[in-house]
Amino acid sequence: MKRWLGLYAVAFFAFLHLPLLTLTVFSFNSSRFTKWEHFSLVWYRAIFRDPQILQGAWNSVIIALWATVLSTVIGTLCAYGLWKRNSRTLTGALYLSLVTPEIVSGIALLALFQWAFRWLHWQLGLYTVVLAHIAFCIAYVVIVVSARLRTLSPALEEAAMDLGANPWQAFWYVTLPALAPGILAAALLALTVSFDDYVITSMVAGVDSETLPMVIYAMARRGASPVINAISAIVTLVFGVLILISERVRER
Amino acid sequence: MKLRTWFLLPAWLSLVLLFAVPFAIVLAYSFLTRGVYGGIELPWTAESYRRLFDPLYLAILWRSFAMALAATALCLLLAFPAALFISRAARHKNLYLQLVMLPFWTSFLVRTYAWIFLLRDTGLFNTALQALGITHGPLPLLYNDGAVLLGLVYGYLPFMVLPIYATLDRLDPALVEAAADLGARPLATVWRIVVPLSRPGIVAGSVLVFIPCLGAYLTPDLLGGGRTVMVGNLVQNQFTTARDWPFGAAVSIALMALVALVLVVFLRRQSEPLA
Repeated sequence: MKRWLGLYAVAFFAFLHLPLLTLTVFSFNSSRFTKWEHFSLVWYRAIFRDPQILQGAWNSVIIALWATVLSTVIGTLCAYGLWKRNSRTLTGALYLSLVTPEIVSGIALLALFQWAFRWLHWQLGLYTVVLAHIAFCIAYVVIVVSARLRTLSPALEEAAMDLGANPWQAFWYVTLPALAPGILAAALLALTVSFDDYVITSMVAGVDSETLPMVIYAMARRGASPVINAISAIVTLVFGVLILISERVRER
Repeated sequence: MKLRTWFLLPAWLSLVLLFAVPFAIVLAYSFLTRGVYGGIELPWTAESYRRLFDPLYLAILWRSFAMALAATALCLLLAFPAALFISRAARHKNLYLQLVMLPFWTSFLVRTYAWIFLLRDTGLFNTALQALGITHGPLPLLYNDGAVLLGLVYGYLPFMVLPIYATLDRLDPALVEAAADLGARPLATVWRIVVPLSRPGIVAGSVLVFIPCLGAYLTPDLLGGGRTVMVGNLVQNQFTTARDWPFGAAVSIALMALVALVLVVFLRRQSEPLA
């Protein structure tokens, strides 16, 4: 049985990884068809000549950075507050925001913005996307930072307070530095989740705020294209590096 | 105010403004009437909920439920032996776990797109099958229920492996040895000892797979080619093309109710938290 299990594991990991590997391999193919001709970077060059792709990537970066910074601050403060004393309502709401189907969150936020626009004469744009991303990133940040907090001893802060620190100083000088790796890992997770989101983004994005996933989606809707293969390879590589950094940092 | 109150305030504000209020608006819209030009008007009515019981929409709800159930079952079938393998591996456990997690960290959109690339008429599978002379024309692999199911299984498989692995890893090896000493064959040991004892992991994994599959939108949209409509696509369609916001809102509420029901039913049996 041991041998069968090993064989099965090989097939299992192949199933998990071969699709993305072949995708990457064929992004270097000179032909647009799925028959190997010869090595070429023509599709990578095409990315940098397409203003729509570049604009989408730029928008995605801006949105992801804002959403990451804000959700990391909000989420870290929240995790700390919950660590001091749990609030079942808040924890429940956070988990609820995680299990809500993305499409439902998307239309609910769209309904909210349209409703608010009755009084405010604003429009959907980058900032509505940032707000939507903050909404779903907070829960991820809270989970990652909470996991780190559970490894800390409350005695550290008690010691600081015995030595004369007030609660704020105990947080700022003692707990926050000890939390830093967890916070960085949480921020990187928020960054990737935000950068990758298509469903919610597509509902609340304005005409001038098309993101990279929206560009990829529009192209994928028309069928496969080696240009998407090339973008996918780059996105996968960047995500992979970010996650690797995050794992390293978390293990410290 | 105490420090803790200030620290929780931004999260409370965000959750109320960006989660509770939007949800309340959707709930209110679901009881209103569709305007002539697609807007939302009075009077209050439960008409949208009545329309949910139209056989056409019941069929979509049922189809989503069946797809999510099938995807969960397939994930369980595929993930259990893999989790067993990892938990019994003498070395490289962490490497295997990271290999399971790796695709989960790459873009979901890209992973879904990969199957368009592989399954389309001129994709890798069809090209290979024809080059080998097995088939003479392209097989219709993409844009059907099978492709959607495959996409869902591929997308959420890691969610099933990890919780099962977590319970298997904590399993006392002495129990397996005892079964073997008493004459149980390896397969019987797995079926009668290991599987029942890993039930918490199986339940947790099933919930983690079933819930996102039930509300899936992107996978059926891209791999089903518009033919395989699941409830997520129905919601999106009502809010965009059809412009029937009250009905779209009612479908969303029904979907949320289903998700909540699944969570309550499953989690009641589960004493430990998921994360």
